[in-house]
Amino acid sequence: MPTNPVLSLDDVTLKFGGVTALDGISFDVRSGEIFAVIGPNGAGKTSLLNSISGLYRPQQGALTLHPTPQRSSGQGNAATRALELRRTAPHNIARAGVARSFQNIELFRHMSVLDNLMLGRHVHLTGGVLSCGLYWGPQRRAEIEHREVVEEIIDFLEIEALRHAQVGTLAYGLQKRVELARALALSPRLLLLDEPMAGMNAEEKEDMARFILDINEDRGITTVLSEHDMGVVMDLSDRIAVLDFGRLIAIGSPAEIGTDPAVINAYLGQAHTETAPPA
Amino acid sequence: MRSGVFFEKYSEEMALRPYPLQRMRLGLFALAVVIFPFIASPYWLSLANQVAIATVGALGLNLLVGYTGQISLGQGAFLAIGAYGSGLLTLRMDLPFWLSIPIAGLITAAAGLIIGLPSLRLKGLYLAIATLAAQQIVEWVITHWTWLTGGTEALVIPSPKLFGFRLDRDFNFYWFGVATAALAALFVANLMRSRVGRSFVAIRDQDIAAGALGVNVFRTKLVAFATSSFLVGITGALIAHYRTIITWERFTLDTSITYLAMIIVGGLGTINGSFFGATLIVLLPALINSVGQSLQTTVPAAARILPFVQQGAFGLIIILFLVLEPEGLAKLWRNIKDQFKVWPFSY
Ligand SMILES: Nc1ncnc2c1ncn2[C@@H]1O[C@H](COP(=O)(O)OP(=O)(O)OP(=O)(O)O)[C@@H](O)[C@H]1O
Ligand SMILES: [Mg+2]
Repeated sequence: MPTNPVLSLDDVTLKFGGVTALDGISFDVRSGEIFAVIGPNGAGKTSLLNSISGLYRPQQGALTLHPTPQRSSGQGNAATRALELRRTAPHNIARAGVARSFQNIELFRHMSVLDNLMLGRHVHLTGGVLSCGLYWGPQRRAEIEHREVVEEIIDFLEIEALRHAQVGTLAYGLQKRVELARALALSPRLLLLDEPMAGMNAEEKEDMARFILDINEDRGITTVLSEHDMGVVMDLSDRIAVLDFGRLIAIGSPAEIGTDPAVINAYLGQAHTETAPPA
Repeated sequence: MRSGVFFEKYSEEMALRPYPLQRMRLGLFALAVVIFPFIASPYWLSLANQVAIATVGALGLNLLVGYTGQISLGQGAFLAIGAYGSGLLTLRMDLPFWLSIPIAGLITAAAGLIIGLPSLRLKGLYLAIATLAAQQIVEWVITHWTWLTGGTEALVIPSPKLFGFRLDRDFNFYWFGVATAALAALFVANLMRSRVGRSFVAIRDQDIAAGALGVNVFRTKLVAFATSSFLVGITGALIAHYRTIITWERFTLDTSITYLAMIIVGGLGTINGSFFGATLIVLLPALINSVGQSLQTTVPAAARILPFVQQGAFGLIIILFLVLEPEGLAKLWRNIKDQFKVWPFSY
């Protein structure tokens, strides 16, 4: 497995008033791996992902998105220089090839599945008000071309039947899948998934795990996912980082994490509950 | 979903009106629009012109409020800038109106950029208050910069001519007004099926997710303000050249609220709703008026309270719409179409 890092965190600290959500976190995410961040409720998993995607600004430390070593062909996101994420606006982080899903599903509820995914292509499309309003040749061709990319993702995630459905009307598990599809539509080089399996039934979890593995293997997309249930990530991840009260208490392979006394302690010492899906 | 029609290419399905039935309906509507001025009385023609003009304004406001979710009480101000802009350009600089109208649109778009600046920080009611301030400022400027606008005096502008036709005649203006409304509708429809329009709706539905997917939220909001203002500015200019008299009273907060009522009753974030709403809000006072007038001859006692009844009835009908069909006339129309889709079967 290639070991050059895609993302490096160095001593990242994020505080909300008196609460330290992230406490001097340092680690690398390696190219091509599935990297899981686990920890009990309130450990700082979401804060970590939000800091990477620029929604939260850590007061201290550095988050560096490394450039792709060689310009990968066809991938429009090939960044040529390192990006300090703490000083980059969320939309520019997305442009650099970081896509994500949210713990509480943040889809565009009134749009169709197709339009949600087409929005995922936003950074690859061009055209301003005039070009779009006239919908002339180049704009029309671009829309059709990107529609084809989106259709490929629809096939891949097996949501053909939902194409025209309004997203807000879909069942919870399907919405999670559409959100994954939307993130994938960005053709990211780093995919962030915040509790992709929370609130799903066993069958849906299995599907989701299969999709995450396929995305990683077939498309070679580096994935960082958060999860508070340890069991789910053991088979899925190449490496796992464990957070507890904002501190990184362990990092390593699933086998190492499974036997780490500090981890067992953190997990047994706390009552943690499955996050229920919103009604 | 409609059944029985299959597409072989995405381009076919992505057309504005992919289904034969839709094209047929549009064709029928276009036919009616062409026949109408030949059979309508001058009174109805003037109402139709007002509908056409209001449709452009409703489309513009819907772009901002309905599609992008940015509430604005500044519609009256934008209309005023367009009206005075275009009027003064023809009056003082002798520009032909077909040139002054788009220029007025651009001037209003620039004003929209400035008035839209608070939207970068404010949302919902707070933004509404900020646009209200803009509305008041523009009203003040118009009534006080007498050297430019004539102040509270009416500004009389030359009646527009196109290819030798005088457009102050309702029959002639009709074609110009309808064509402008049709172009505006096509423009908005295209916008909404492509990149920029999608980012508008994305900001309305979930601005944080939009940002995380690469939409520059600040910039897109300003683009929405500018584009909306462009259309509203053109509407103001149309009003000016249609009336050939510009007065500030036409562009007060009242007007802003009337336009909001239009798009709410018609259907937020819909194109046909902008037209439906404009039609209803233009025709409603006229209808209430004619009912009132016939009452006046039959029941003269009713005449004294007539003005109050008119105001009340207008409000009441709007409230009824909001309660019975919060998604507006566009939704009603959708329901009717759904009924016929499976006709003659009722399931
Ligand atoms: N926007 C915010 N404002 C204030 N405090 C916050 C905010 N976001 C997170 N926190 C706090 O930071 C800590 C870490 O929260 P975070 O949401 O990152 O945990 P988590 O590991 O994702 O938990 P969960 O498993 O419940 O999703 C918590 O104490 C939380 O209350
Ligand atoms: Mg979380």
